[in-house]
Formats: sequence, structure tokens, C-alpha cells
Amino acid sequence: MAEHGMDQETFGQFIEQLERYVRERLIPAEEDIIANDRIPEDILDEMRDMGLFGLTMPEEYGGAAMNTAQYVETIRVLSYALPAYRSIISINIGMVCSALKNGGTEAQKQEWLPRLAAGEIACFGLTEPGSGSDSAAMQTTARMDGNEWVLNGTKRYITNSPHAKLGLIMARTSKENQPKNAHVSAFLVPMDTDGVSVGKPDKKMGQSGSHIADVMLDDVRLPADALLGGEEGQGFRFAMQSLDNGRLSIAAASCGYGKRILDTALRYSTERQAFGEPISQFQLIQAMLADSRAELYAGECMLRDAAARVDAKEKSIIEAASAKMFCSEMCNRIADRCVQVHGGAGYLAEYEAERFYRDSRIYTIYEGTTQILQLVIAKNMLRDFAAGAQR
Amino acid sequence: MKILVPVKRVIDYNVKPRVKADGSGVDLANVKMSMNPFDEIAVEEAIRLKEAGKAEEIVAVSIGPAKAQETLRTALAMGADRAILVETDEEVEPLAVAKILKAIAAEEEPGLIMLGKQAIDDDANQTGQMLAALMERPQGTFANTVEVDGDSVTVKREVDGGLQTVKLTMPAIVTTDLRLNEPRYASLPNIMKAKKKPLDSKTPADYGVDTAKRLTTTNVSEPPVRQAGEKVADVDALVAKIKALGIA
Repeated sequence: MAEHGMDQETFGQFIEQLERYVRERLIPAEEDIIANDRIPEDILDEMRDMGLFGLTMPEEYGGAAMNTAQYVETIRVLSYALPAYRSIISINIGMVCSALKNGGTEAQKQEWLPRLAAGEIACFGLTEPGSGSDSAAMQTTARMDGNEWVLNGTKRYITNSPHAKLGLIMARTSKENQPKNAHVSAFLVPMDTDGVSVGKPDKKMGQSGSHIADVMLDDVRLPADALLGGEEGQGFRFAMQSLDNGRLSIAAASCGYGKRILDTALRYSTERQAFGEPISQFQLIQAMLADSRAELYAGECMLRDAAARVDAKEKSIIEAASAKMFCSEMCNRIADRCVQVHGGAGYLAEYEAERFYRDSRIYTIYEGTTQILQLVIAKNMLRDFAAGAQR
Repeated sequence: MKILVPVKRVIDYNVKPRVKADGSGVDLANVKMSMNPFDEIAVEEAIRLKEAGKAEEIVAVSIGPAKAQETLRTALAMGADRAILVETDEEVEPLAVAKILKAIAAEEEPGLIMLGKQAIDDDANQTGQMLAALMERPQGTFANTVEVDGDSVTVKREVDGGLQTVKLTMPAIVTTDLRLNEPRYASLPNIMKAKKKPLDSKTPADYGVDTAKRLTTTNVSEPPVRQAGEKVADVDALVAKIKALGIA
């Protein structure tokens, strides 16, 4: 059955409020966030009150039960502002909530979903110093000791971990690698559990106000029911399902930020004078603006189409991967042109073009690099071809 | 105490209005509309009074096309308890609006009627004052602060010379100025809850009010385009220029 999500009229009303909130509150607060590398607590509280942490969670757990199309539209609108705003909500929604919804027991949902919807921050621990999408190399272990799980290992590049109350941590529950990644299980780890520590946030190229850090697990003892879904060997499947959702979120972020960047380039081109007229009058500048506009439109179309397919429960791996790959690359091209339109000023930190360029760069990397996505797309093409499927 | 908050659906304050080619008014086709910002301040103030335990119920009312329902839903999402839509596709002048509001007030018996000092579309700044006159009740216009105490309300008014404080016996009419408060954003959970709040539909005829226009708009035109300035080389040239223009 298709996902209907929220009532469309109510959703429209929310988007209208969100657009205003972005314009009147979130954008004016950007400078402060960049200067202090953190989102002020009062803004976080407002974002919680606005209901931004519960977008896709079921209504009975305090969420708004948005479908994918509505979720990505919300992310697109939110991403007109600094990427840190999306980052702080997206792990809750895209990763941890989605894994809980897909794989959690009723008791686990009851315990965590309302807290996550209300804005307790969660982090998602898959990547390690020596492994990412390649689960065979995973080092973190979970073993049963009496009636408790004991976790040991280190997770790397864990977004929001310095602020998290809950970690969804992947660990191997079997020494031998097993088919379909059945050696990996997922655990719900309260971040204040003894033995859990979070490293110093890493310094990054861009994305100010959003933090990633190592999470160290040293003989972390958890009750038996901390195992997601109560069943071993399902962790990687849940993780990968969450990553599929995450891809569309990055595509949406790329479209939203791309629009912001293009709007900035367009405005600058009408204000900056050269040879006695605004540079927007020069055709080579116009070409950069026009290419950006057309590509942004293409990206938005892909995003909407892919989201609609997900909601219709169609097979959409190729479409979601394509949308993420195209939109993130598109956003980077627009950011590059925005710098170019600004000329020398584009290289100065005084102008926004410079940070747009740095902020965008991550979009072609996380939640699957462009190259991993190429492999995903090609693999599925070849598989479909071999199966004789007509697409 | 009950608070009645009239809200108007107007052209969004971020939209640059365009005048129709025939000069008959502003072109509203496919233009984003939203709640009059001054009315939004009135809604916010009513909610704050309710949150402070000074009021029990907030009733939002709008007079306008069916689409004004959206504006009422926004008021409900912000925190109003129920809404009344008086539906009409005609343009309703401030006097007719005041007459309808008077009739609604007779039914609802609010302690306070709080509304924006003016709507940003026609800038009439009349409805609150006309309503007070028709109801023969006190008015506190251009409110900068509002304090309810027992059966009276103290309003600090923004007047040219500063702030003037007036104390009104309720029921009273208060019109809100820009600096009274900063309206909240309607949150997603509250927008969802607002869907279930009651919204009554009425027509001007239900209140026995004739909304026929008393005024005729003869022409609407865009503000004149500002002329470009001129750069002068030095102070002497500036002085000469000022003298030549005769503006010294």
C-alpha cells in the first residue's frame, strides 16, 4: 500500500511556517553558528518545539507520520539554511528512527521513538577506522556475558555523537563473516552507559555547527533487550535500509542548498558592476546562471520522482542512488559557479560563496560516495538485465 | 474571559505587490496570501494572556473568501481554540467588518476584542475604532503592552510623543501595534491538532449586515520610481548644486 503520509493541506501549512522560520530565524542565526561552531540551545529548543525531530515518526509515538515525499520536501526547505540544521535532525529521523521503525520491538519503539521525536539527539554508529560500507572488516564486537551484552570497539566519524543521548551501534555478534552480513547486529546504546566515551569533535572542511567524533566502547554492558529487534544478524540490513532513506535526504539537502547558492550568485551578479553595468548583463555570466538553474530543476524533478516511487513501494534503488549522485554533484557545480560569479570576492571568507563551496563538498561523499553509487546503479542495471527485466 | 481575535487574509508581506494595468487595484491572481502581520500579533497576545491564566478561550474570526479558512487554521495552529469564518467573495469595507464583528460580539460576549491596528493591504486603520464606536465600548489602539487585571485592561499606546497609558473597563477593544510581541511560529504538532478544532461557517446575511460598498476606488497606482542621484566632485560643487536646486 502506498504511503499517504500527512494530510496534504496540513503539510502545506507546515511548509509555509517552515519557510518563514528558515527565513526569519535560521538564516539570521547562521553567522553566530559559524563563529561559535555550535547551534545555540534556544534555537535547538525552537526546532524541537516546531516538531522538526519527529517528521516521519508515527503519530502514536509523537511524530507527524510524513511520507518520504513530504520528508524530503521538508529537508529541501530546511536546507536553504546552514547545513548544520539538517544535520542535527537527520540522524534521528533518517537513520535511527527509520531503523527502529523497521526493526525495533514494540517495547523498543515505545521507549525510544517518543524521546527521539521530542528532540533527544541520537547518533548512528556503523563506520569504523578500518571499515565503512564494507562490513566484513568490522572490528566492534558484542558478546553475551550471562544475561548481558558486552560491547567493545571504536566507531569513527559519528555525526552528532558529542550531543547524543542514544547511539544505534553496529557490532559483530559472530567472529566469522557470514553471508548477507548476518555477523552484524544493531544495539540501542544509551550514551551515558559506563564504558561509552566520545572523542574530541574532528575539525572539518565545512559544515560548521555540525559535529562528528569517535565513539569508544570499552566493556559496555547492556541488558539483553538492547539488541535491536531482539534478533541477532539483522543489524546490517537495518543499517542499509536506513542508508537508502539517507540518500534521498542528501539529495534534498543538495537541492535546498543549491537553490540558496544559486539565489546568492544571481543576486550578486545583479549588484556587482563591471565595465559600467551589472555583471549579470554579460552572457558568460548568464550561461553559468542558466546552467545552474536547469540542473537545479533536473535535480528537483529527480528528487520528487524518486521519493514518489519510494512512497508507492516501487523498486527504487537505482532512482534513489541516481538522485543522490546527481543532486550532490549538481550542488557542487553550482557552488563552484557561485564562486566563479563572485570572482576574487568568491575566494574570500567574507562572502558566503566561499563557505557554500566548502559546505557542499561533503554531499558527494557521505551516505555513499558518488563512486559507490555508480557501482550501486551499475550493479542493479546488470542484475536487472541478467534477469531479463524490462525497465 | 473570552477573547475574540479578528484576522484578515492579506497579500503576504514578502510579496512585492503589482498594480493591475487598469489601475483598479492590486493584482492578487496567484499571489501568496497570509495572515495580516498585525493580526498575528493580536493572536499571539491573546495566546499569551491565555497562557498566563487571564483568559479561558480564544475565538478567531475572519471575514472573507473561503480561502480565509487557511488563515483561521493558522490562528488555530498558533493556539486559538475555535474559529468562525464569515464567508463572502465581495470586498468588505472596514465599516461592514465592524458591523459584523459587533454582531458576533453580541453572541460571543468576549471580554476583549483584540485585532491588528491596520491591515497591510489597504492600511485603513479603521476597523477597531469603528467597532468600539458601534459597540459603545472603550478602545485602546496601537497597543505596545497589554495588561489584564480583573475587569479592566491597561494598554500602553504608541503615540507620536512616546507611550500613553490608558485603563479600559472590559469589554474593550484593543488594536495591536508592531512592538507588542513577536508572534510564534505554528509548530508541526499544533498544526496537526488545529485540524481537529471547530471552525464554523457563516455569511454576512446571518448577522443581518449589508456589505455593499460605500466607497469607490477611483485609481490605484504604483509608487513613483525614485530618481537616481548625482555624484559631485567636491564640497563647492555640492553647495552650488544645492543652491541651484533651491533646497538649502
